Order: sequence, then structure tokens, then C-alpha cells
Amino acid sequence: MIQPVLKVTNIKKAYGAIQAVGGVSFEVRAGEIFGVIGPNGSGKTTLFNSMLGQIVPDEGKIELKGEDVTQLGPLALNRRGVGRTFQTLQVFGKMTVRDNLIVAAQEHQGSMFSRMFAPKDSGLGDKADALIDQFRIRHVADKKAGELSYGQQKLVDIAMAFMSEPDLVLLDEPCAGVNPSLVGGISTLLKELNRSRKGSFVVIEHNMDFVMDLCHRIMVMVEGEVLAIGTPDEIRANKQVLDAYLGN
Amino acid sequence: MKKLNLLFALIALAAVILIPNFLKNYGIHMFTTWLVFIIATMGLNLTVGYAGQKSLGHAAFFGIGAYTVAICLKAGLSFWFGLPMAALFCFVVGLALGFPALRVQTIYLAFATLGFNTALWLVMRNEEWLTGGTYGINNIARPSLGGISFDGNLAYYYLVLTFTLVLALLLWGLLNSPWGKAFTALRDNPIRAESLGIDTRGYTLLSFAIGAVYAGVAGGLYAAQVQFIDPALFTVGASIMMYLMVVVGGPGYFFGPVLGSAVGVVLPEWLRFAQAWYLFVFGLAVVVLMIWLPDGLLSIPDRIKARRQSREASAAREVAGVKA
Repeated sequence: MIQPVLKVTNIKKAYGAIQAVGGVSFEVRAGEIFGVIGPNGSGKTTLFNSMLGQIVPDEGKIELKGEDVTQLGPLALNRRGVGRTFQTLQVFGKMTVRDNLIVAAQEHQGSMFSRMFAPKDSGLGDKADALIDQFRIRHVADKKAGELSYGQQKLVDIAMAFMSEPDLVLLDEPCAGVNPSLVGGISTLLKELNRSRKGSFVVIEHNMDFVMDLCHRIMVMVEGEVLAIGTPDEIRANKQVLDAYLGN
Repeated sequence: MKKLNLLFALIALAAVILIPNFLKNYGIHMFTTWLVFIIATMGLNLTVGYAGQKSLGHAAFFGIGAYTVAICLKAGLSFWFGLPMAALFCFVVGLALGFPALRVQTIYLAFATLGFNTALWLVMRNEEWLTGGTYGINNIARPSLGGISFDGNLAYYYLVLTFTLVLALLLWGLLNSPWGKAFTALRDNPIRAESLGIDTRGYTLLSFAIGAVYAGVAGGLYAAQVQFIDPALFTVGASIMMYLMVVVGGPGYFFGPVLGSAVGVVLPEWLRFAQAWYLFVFGLAVVVLMIWLPDGLLSIPDRIKARRQSREASAAREVAGVKA
């Protein structure tokens, strides 16, 4: 049996009397795009933050390629091949787009000491240029990221998560605040990256069309628990999901 | 633009090499003091301007450097032993001072470093057996190297100039290595930086430690320049003045300390004609500068560029509107 890239077992997290996540379990397979949907307050963000080492769950286990990473922080997870994007824009506004991409992967090159004597681009210039072309942001590559439009910054933000060639990328609402014409473009890009890099993605998103189009499997959360896991077609046909979340 | 910058740098270099030859002792002293503070504030600019930490304790490292060199010389050791010791000692203490920065930020970190400066100042004042207490240490000898004496004011100026250029080149190299981007990422968005694998703890500590080394070397050079040191030179007030130099020049701009130190060292001297009012005039000038140029003097070209881009964008929007 092929080992899953990410295995989450019985994760629980409470804030005082409120049980934000109450025993969630799922697996993400190699090369899979796994969507997480649910209404506001369903525990998606708490679950996401647990997987990213931002918070430590009260109970449960998170395994990355078989290794228990439940107690690890964001730095250690990144070093183990986990990339992420944030719900709000998190680019370095005073750096150029190209430098944003380079800084996103430079710490994976050599040791801290050796990087003191490394070239400015850490030898990542070609790799950054390839990603710039793939994301179709060549025309703004030498502009400061803070000077770009919201949509362009969103593309830079997503591209940064892929610079270090992570095995698992967690995307937190990649379409939030993006105009509808760009949503399709982001979906196409993520599919391309999934095909070319064979990486696994976990996507939290409110845009249902985007999730149904992009993801191989989807997990629906309601009130901190898993309501259903299945393919987009299975989720669409699930009466419980329709009643609880999607409506008619 | 790059050619223009290079030309400007060459003219500035020629000026700092040639001008002191035509100055009297006081002028040379002012130029040397300016260079010493450039070194000290280059270090503070790394900590504050590039890595985004708050430090109101830089004068403590300046003092550690000065006292280390002075005490080594009094013990019969060479200046060339004392200065590296000053740098090493400051690196270790700077690393230790970086630890509070891992727990607190902004104004709380500023107060932690301010407390450190006060504690160090008390050690300098009270540990008379080591530091001479309020009487300080005098007759600090200037060095010589390979038969060349730096006892004369002009010779010593050129020694300090050499140190300034070498340390500036080292910092330039560091900031143009991947470390420079890591420091900037740490300053602009530490949470994002950490999620990209940047060891924010390591870079925070190193920004303090390397900044402290620059202050320590500057302090050591200053001790031999003025040949007398006492604790009054290394108060919290001196730290605030250094912070001011960084902010006035432009934090995060490589040449910010050059301009900031000029303002901090030279402007008070130029304003002496105002006699008792000179501090008032100096203070007022700083207030006006902070209101109009909060990012420092070197932000002027960026502000002009941003204004031009904004004008061009509005013009483009108007044209698009007319066509529509």
C-alpha cells in the first residue's frame, strides 16, 4: 500500500468551552489535490493551522510521509517539504517579484554559513524565471511586489509556495479577493503544477465551483467534524452535504 | 543610473581622502568622529533598518568596544589584540541581547535594550577597579603597525577611514548575499519568512550580534581617537542619538548611516553659532525632518519616483477614460 503524504488522525482542538475541531481524520495521497470546504466556523482554519504547526492540537496525530510532525513548528515543516499560502496577501512588498521567489527557496540551498558567501540569487535565478513564465508574470518580474495589483500579488504569493518544490502545499483560500476572471487562471495553474511536479495540495476555499473543478477529493466539515469525504461528484450527490451546506 | 552612482561614490571617496589634508586639527577630529559614527551606525542600520529589530542599547556596545581596547592597552596588550577582542566580546554580548528579541518586539524590545544600556553604563561607572569609574581611563595610546605610527591626527584619520571602507565593503557583501534578503524578509513579514524556511530566530540573533561588532569596533577606534573615555559617553542618550542618526539617514538604506552620522555629528557643530539655542534648533530640525521624511533623507529619490509613477498612472487612467 502506498504511504499517504499527509495522514491526520483524530485531531481535536478546543478554545475554552468551544470545540473548534472535534476528532478529524483524513489522508492526502501522493499527487492528490484535496479540498476542504465548510461553512464559516466549521473548524477549517483551526485544522489548517494545526497542520501547519501554527497551533498544537489538544489530541491526535499528524504524520508527514510517515513521520509524526504534530509538535513541529512552521520552520521545521517547511524544511520537511511543506509549502503554504496565506488567506491574506503575504508577499514582501519592497522586494522585486523575482527576489520574492528567490527568497522563498534560498534557505533550502546549503547551510546558513555557506549562504553568507553565496551569490545574491543563491543560484535560483533560472528556477525563479521558469516559475515567473509559468505564472505569466514576466512583465512585472523586476517590479517591487508591493507595486502590483492584488491579483498579480496573489499569483506571486502562490508561486512563492512552489519555489522550493515542496511535496505538500497547503493553500488557504487561493481565490479570496481575486476577480472572477483570474479564478479560472489560478485553477489552470494549480492543475499544471500538480501534473508537472507530482506534488500534493490541500486547498481550503469558499468558491465552490473552483473546488469542484480543481480537487480530486473533497472533505466537507461542519461544526468541527467531518461530514463527508469523496470525489466532487460524490459530494455533489451527497444529500447530507446538500442539506447541511450546499443547499438546493 | 548605476554609472551615476559609481561616479558619485568615486567623487565622495576622493573627497574623504583629500579634504582632511586641508583641515586643521579640529576639522580632522570632526571627520574622524564622523567616520567612527558611520561604522557604529552601519551596525545599528543592520539591526534596525534591515532586520527590523528595535535597539536602544547600541551605545553600550560602543562602550564595551572602547573599554575593551582601553583596558587591553592599560594591561600592556597591543591595540591590534584589543580591537579584535572588542569585536569578539561585542559579538557574544550582542548574541545574548538578541534573545529578548525572540520573545518581545517593538516598544517592549526597545525598553529591554534600553535597560541593557543602563545596566552596562552602571557597570562602567561603578566598577572602578576595571573601568576607572567616573574618572574614566586616560592616556589611551594610538596604535602603530609595521613601523607606521598612527599617533598623528591625520594618520589616525586615514586608519579609521581604512576601517570604515573595509567594514562597509564587508557589510555590502553580506547584504548582497542571500542573508540580505533573509534580513529583509524577517523585517517585513516574520511569519511568512518562517513559513518559507527562514530561520527567524537565527537571523534575529545574528542581526544583533553583527550590529554589536560594528559598534564595538567603532568604540575601540573612538577610544584611541579621543584618548580618554568615561561612562558619560555611553549613556542611553548616546544610544538614542545613534538611533536618530539611522532614522535621519534612512533605515534600510546602505548609505543612510553616512548621511545620518553627518547630521548627528556635524550639524550640532555648525549650529554652535546659535549658542544656548543650538540644541533647540537641532531638535526642531529633526522634528521637521521626521514629519516630512519619516523614512529618512535617502528616501527622497524613492518619494520622487513614487510621485512620478502616481502622476503617470493618473494620466494613463484619464487617457483611458477619454477613449472609453
